[in-house]
Amino acid sequence: MSEQQLMVEKVSKRFGGVVANENITLSVPTGSIIGLIGPNGSGKTTLFNSIVGYHPVEEGSIRFEGQELTSMRVQTIARLGLLRTFQQTRIYGQMTCVENMQISVPHNNEGIRTMFSKYPHEVTEKAESLLEFVGLFEKRYLMAGDLSFGQQKLLEFAMALMNEPKMLLLDEPTAGINPTLINGLIERLKRTNADLGITLFVIEHNMRAIMNLAEHIYCLAHGQLLTSGPPEQIQKDQKVIDAYLGAE
Amino acid sequence: MDNLQILISAPIFSLQLLIDGILIGSIFALAAYGMAMVWGVMKIINFAQGEFVILGGFLLFSLTRVGFNPFLAIPLAAAGLFIVGWVLYHIVIVRIVEKDLFISILATFGIAILLQQLMNQVFGADVQTVDPGLDTWFLFDNAITVLQIKVVSFFIAVALGIILALFMRKTRLGQAIRATAQDARSARILGVDTNRVYATTFAINAAICGAAGALVVMTWVIQPFAGLAYTIRSFMIVIIAGIGNVSAVIFAGLGLGAAENFAGFLLGAEFQAAFIFSLLVVILVWRNFKLRLQRRYLK
Amino acid sequence: MNIPGRQTLLYGIIIIASLIAPGVMPAYQTQLAFLWLMVVFALSWDIIGGQMGYNSFGNIVFFGLGMYATAVVQRNMHFDIEEYVHVAGRVETLTPVQYLEGLFLGMGLGAVIAVAAAAVLGACILAMGMRGQYFGICTLGLGVAAGELANGWEYIGAGSGLVTPVFPDQLGERGFFFYYIFFILAVIAFLTLRWLYSGRFGLAINAIRDDEDKAEAMGIHTTRHKIVAWCISAFFLSIAGGAAGHLIGFIDPTEVAFAGPTFGVWMILMAILGGKGTLWGPVIGAVIFHVTQEFFWTYLFGWQRVALGALIVCIVVFFPMGIMGWMRERWPERFGYRVEKSQAAGASGGGEL
Repeated sequence: MSEQQLMVEKVSKRFGGVVANENITLSVPTGSIIGLIGPNGSGKTTLFNSIVGYHPVEEGSIRFEGQELTSMRVQTIARLGLLRTFQQTRIYGQMTCVENMQISVPHNNEGIRTMFSKYPHEVTEKAESLLEFVGLFEKRYLMAGDLSFGQQKLLEFAMALMNEPKMLLLDEPTAGINPTLINGLIERLKRTNADLGITLFVIEHNMRAIMNLAEHIYCLAHGQLLTSGPPEQIQKDQKVIDAYLGAE
Repeated sequence: MDNLQILISAPIFSLQLLIDGILIGSIFALAAYGMAMVWGVMKIINFAQGEFVILGGFLLFSLTRVGFNPFLAIPLAAAGLFIVGWVLYHIVIVRIVEKDLFISILATFGIAILLQQLMNQVFGADVQTVDPGLDTWFLFDNAITVLQIKVVSFFIAVALGIILALFMRKTRLGQAIRATAQDARSARILGVDTNRVYATTFAINAAICGAAGALVVMTWVIQPFAGLAYTIRSFMIVIIAGIGNVSAVIFAGLGLGAAENFAGFLLGAEFQAAFIFSLLVVILVWRNFKLRLQRRYLK
Repeated sequence: MNIPGRQTLLYGIIIIASLIAPGVMPAYQTQLAFLWLMVVFALSWDIIGGQMGYNSFGNIVFFGLGMYATAVVQRNMHFDIEEYVHVAGRVETLTPVQYLEGLFLGMGLGAVIAVAAAAVLGACILAMGMRGQYFGICTLGLGVAAGELANGWEYIGAGSGLVTPVFPDQLGERGFFFYYIFFILAVIAFLTLRWLYSGRFGLAINAIRDDEDKAEAMGIHTTRHKIVAWCISAFFLSIAGGAAGHLIGFIDPTEVAFAGPTFGVWMILMAILGGKGTLWGPVIGAVIFHVTQEFFWTYLFGWQRVALGALIVCIVVFFPMGIMGWMRERWPERFGYRVEKSQAAGASGGGEL
């Protein structure tokens, strides 16, 4: 395997007395697609929040391409090229799809001058081609808030691509999407990874989807890392099945 | 800062300020309790809170003018404000109760301006007060003077607070109000008429303010445009104490009363209002700073 | 249909009508000057209130700062302060050159002070992430506190206010002169904002309005944009304040300079009435509001402020989306919100999700 792009080492996070993450160690190699599964409340989203800097962690270290993230702020981390999407899709509801895309250009190396500049033509073209990639080209002049939930989800994904991240943390990309279209989405995710070279780290509840998508899967339960391995192994792992069915 | 010298050389004087501050603070706490109730139950920050207080004061003022005993007129002032609150709910608040907070702030702010101007038109812009006809106590060789009315109003405020707390705990309506505060949708599903609960809550809040205003006009003075300061005081107390924490509201109220009294003495009366509003800004910035260090959980 | 041509025509008509208005209606010069002041108010509030979604109740602070700064510069440049205060500004009239020097220098300094104040306040409030109703109430506190502080500060006249120098006769009518000052200011403000909203800056502050958490997660420099937006708002307000102080002639700390309950609320209301978050909304709202208000003042003697309070409640409760917002909802295609058939028809099926 190539070098590790994201290293999470012994990270613990507590909310008051509730332990959300305890002593979690995992790593995401450059250019891979890694899955993160676990029953509801097992601390997956908390881990994402910790990685992208929404809250300080009590212990442990998180490194992205060798840089320590635990003391950085949300925007700084995003500008490094480590981006996340949200479980409850977040888009800019009162702006058109194209505007949503335009504002999502990478924001590193932005000076005061660029702040007041207009968008060059290439940005708009790129925005439109990405909208086409996710199948929203026809709706590009509609208010993003008027799109259906599934479309918003796709828009959010396209916005993330617009930002040219090095790694994308996707929080349940298939939730709320019409089941018949999930395969198409999985295909797009794979193409993103293969063509654009973006590392994907995916939280997912849809087992069929994640087994199809990821090359390596981590499983959380009760805030702890339960097990990890390739999809075939996870599928058969008795501990994982017990965690999901609540056999403990 | 000459006055600081006085406080150092005559410490007894700070006791005087403290007593006065705490006694007046009980009235602030009462109005703040009402604001916390509306905020908690209806998710509305009522910016007309101070105007309700002043209106209560003017109501008592008018009632005593036509010959009522000021103490007997307190319940009447409260009842009058209850009606005002009820009517305002059905005309305006009902339309903003589940909209975003900015709309509710602006709408209640509009009500505040409307009430101010109405009072200005009806009662005139002059400062008014009501003499309750009580004596003054002199303590420590006349070093400290305590107006009896301040003590009386302190106990009235406390009694009203206790009655309200009991009402919220013991009666069915009080329980419905508390249920709605926790989760309006669930309460509605379980058969609580939330619209009625909202109307009652808003009206009760107005009544509380009316009573508070009646106490203000007897212990202090009122003026049609003095309402905003009471709104801001209530808001600060709620911010410091948190919504739904009764004992904290009381302590914050008394503390604010005392702090304001000291500040007014030290900085001079002309800066007392500036102190209140600057304190608001400081408290909000400080609260924000603290929150920033805490967790944020995003889905 | 030639849209740019029509737009040019529209702008042309407005500009020509505005240029000749004070000549046609000399009796209303001052009211017309105030009309443009209202436009500046609404436009500058809308930068942060409408476009950025930060509903400030305290933008009036910058107006007052500019007003006092200009008046103080004018006073200190040309007069002995004690004598000036003693005779309440009725000293010998300034020459036009002196007057203009003081006025423009004062407005410049006022703008610097107000922008600096916005930057400092922004660093304390916006950069720390204060949002929503807390921001609104905090700014309300700022506005009132500023008025009360001015009310107690002897150097700027405290509660008895500050008189600006007499307008020199050689410059013509006071209302006439300030009409054009405010007109130019409003035009500059409008064009600046039109330019800002059409580029990155506009989209960034809109993104902050729609979902600030998302904007942060995407790496947008939210703090920088928020503070700069507030500074721009402060800039226009402070210049407007400097000119308004000289137009009114007397600066009362709470009634004129830091007039939260009047100007401070009106600027919000006008933006809402016209449609907040749109470019033309605040302009339309300001015109309608100002005319209505003048109407109230003329025909509802004594009750006009009551009627105004009722108007605020009505607009906020029954018409919160505003005129432009309503039109946008009614005819979305006119505003460019439409489905556009792709050239590469049927490129993918994602559209049906």
